[in-house]
Amino acid sequence: MRTMTRAVLVGLLATLAAVPPASAETVRIGFITSLSGPAGIIGKHMKDSVELALDHLGRRVGGLDVEVIYGDDQQKPDVGKQVADEMLKKHKVHFVSGIIWSNVMLAVAPVVTRERVFMIGTNAGPHQLAGKDCSEYFFTTSWQNDQTPEAMGKYMTDQGLTDVHIMAPNYAAGKDMLSGFKRYFRGRIVAEVYTQVNQPDYQAEISQIRAANPKAVFVFYPGAMGIQFVKQYAQAGLREQIPLYSVYTIDEVTLPALKEAALGIWETRYWSPDLSNEANTKYVSDFRKKYGYTPAFYGAQSYDGVMLIDAAVRAVKGDLANKAGMIAAMRKADYKSTRGPYKYNLNHFPIENFYLLKTVRTPEGEFAMQIQKTVFENHKDAYAKDCGMQW
Amino acid sequence: MLLVLEQGLNGLQYGVMLFLMAAGLTLVFGIMNLVNLAHGSLYMVGAYLATAFARWTGSFVLGALLALPATLLVGVVVEVIALRTLYERDHLDQVLATFGLILFFNELVAIVWGRAAIYTSLPPSLSGSFVLLPGLRYPTYRALVILVGVAAAVFLYVLVTSTRLGMLIRAGASNRTMVAALGVNIRRLYTLVFGLGAALAGLAGLMAGPIYAVQPGMGEQILIQVFVVIVIGGIGSIRGALVGAILVGMVDTLGRAFLRPLLSTMVSPNAADAAGPALASILIYVLMAAVLFFRPQGLFPARG
Repeated sequence: MRTMTRAVLVGLLATLAAVPPASAETVRIGFITSLSGPAGIIGKHMKDSVELALDHLGRRVGGLDVEVIYGDDQQKPDVGKQVADEMLKKHKVHFVSGIIWSNVMLAVAPVVTRERVFMIGTNAGPHQLAGKDCSEYFFTTSWQNDQTPEAMGKYMTDQGLTDVHIMAPNYAAGKDMLSGFKRYFRGRIVAEVYTQVNQPDYQAEISQIRAANPKAVFVFYPGAMGIQFVKQYAQAGLREQIPLYSVYTIDEVTLPALKEAALGIWETRYWSPDLSNEANTKYVSDFRKKYGYTPAFYGAQSYDGVMLIDAAVRAVKGDLANKAGMIAAMRKADYKSTRGPYKYNLNHFPIENFYLLKTVRTPEGEFAMQIQKTVFENHKDAYAKDCGMQW
Repeated sequence: MLLVLEQGLNGLQYGVMLFLMAAGLTLVFGIMNLVNLAHGSLYMVGAYLATAFARWTGSFVLGALLALPATLLVGVVVEVIALRTLYERDHLDQVLATFGLILFFNELVAIVWGRAAIYTSLPPSLSGSFVLLPGLRYPTYRALVILVGVAAAVFLYVLVTSTRLGMLIRAGASNRTMVAALGVNIRRLYTLVFGLGAALAGLAGLMAGPIYAVQPGMGEQILIQVFVVIVIGGIGSIRGALVGAILVGMVDTLGRAFLRPLLSTMVSPNAADAAGPALASILIYVLMAAVLFFRPQGLFPARG
């Protein structure tokens, strides 16, 4: 009996020994996004951009071999958290990156940063993480949610607009978007409406808009929600009557499905494919060449995420245990970003420009978003003062 | 007042769309005792095929007319290849297998048409709005959806109450074993019923195409409401599906439109802003819970 126990123990030890020790020569990045369901297309833009960034880096990050583990959050906070847990425990990743949805980000980021692993957000920017819940281990290559609608609020105020009807889906980012808009909009807001996340039909809300007859409508409807809202808004004949202003609604993800229904709609954004700088021109043209479609901002941010990680690992000469060194390096944002050079605020959110964009038909007959003018230069988010991080 | 009428029409339009989905699902469940989670996939297939045929023929109407039999055919093929073996298995096996079909169809569609939502549009004659009553403009296409939905409901009513096939369907819903014992080819009946359900889902899908985002996974978004409808209406009952669908469509639409203004007359506007949308989104589930509490068989149970 005793020999058997010993044999089993020896066998156990042998199997343990057979598991390769976590090698220091490979950077492991866990990239979480929505790869299935209605947001699957956004995940594709992001994943394709990560792969392009790795191509540009010669499949090495900071001089080390790299392994990217992709995880599908199915647009659900609980699933995102499970995926992150698995990446931390099973794959022992050094960086978790990605994440489209603010509610998913709020579930995932604390789990990751608590383990003193870096969370490099490449889209969602919920205000909690910019303010009181900020962390040394959290960086984002995108924006704080409020910033983009703040630019739209500013622009619409400058245009002298008033009596505006505002709408968003009822979740973390929707609320941030409307509160950001209200922070800079000085005119009157006639109604503030929240709809269900992934609601397909907006006819009831559109009828209410028609009855209230506001001077303008401002919405935040990312992904498929945007396709449905804008289509239905146009079909109801309201687009010609009441101008539509939006954020994260008309982009390179939704435009191919909307085409002329999106013509003339205004957006604000920190980035656009036609933004002219060396890194962006290379990113957009190589992306089109490799994948045959035009990338959206979701992709540009994800590309930047890999580049930021590359800069961090390079700065510590591949010593992944030197976390303080990597934090210091990332704070410099010393890489060629697709938005052009930018600085980090004390809460690790970018201080960046915001532009006014318009959907136009190009001379070739394509539909595209084009930058009209700069609304904000080096715009800071409103929550950094609640963060308390000093450096 | 006009606004209430307009919202009522919106509720009706959403209701008939749900009915087209629910009719097929409830028939398949009631008669074949099959839980078909993949019903939403047939809706998606209908939307994609209509868009593809419309592009191919250059005509929206032709595209719709071609998509209908094509979706029926897809339904029949799915029944013959995949579902036949499941009738004798328990519901859990059916749920697993038809969930697998959802994944299969979503991937298939993504492989053929890509993951991005595809472009759909309406012919100019349908894309505008018309004056329904003085002071009430209504989108032409939405009105068409109501008409087609009502026509489909009438067609089903005639089919079920006054044809031989309808008699068999009713008999099958009440007592399957007896129908089989009387020498009816129950296999063929099953295939027919499933094909019919698929065509109805396809019809809902092809009408949804120009309004909604046509993309992989679009079917699952409507499927939950459809299940609520058939639970409220009573499983296996077409009449129940109709009543349940209109009820759900109305409650959901009117709730979204009027709950917040109504609440703000009772509590502070801020509280109404917070509670309104949350309450509106759970209204149909509250309705379902109430129906289950008072009439666990649903409003119009098929079996006594």
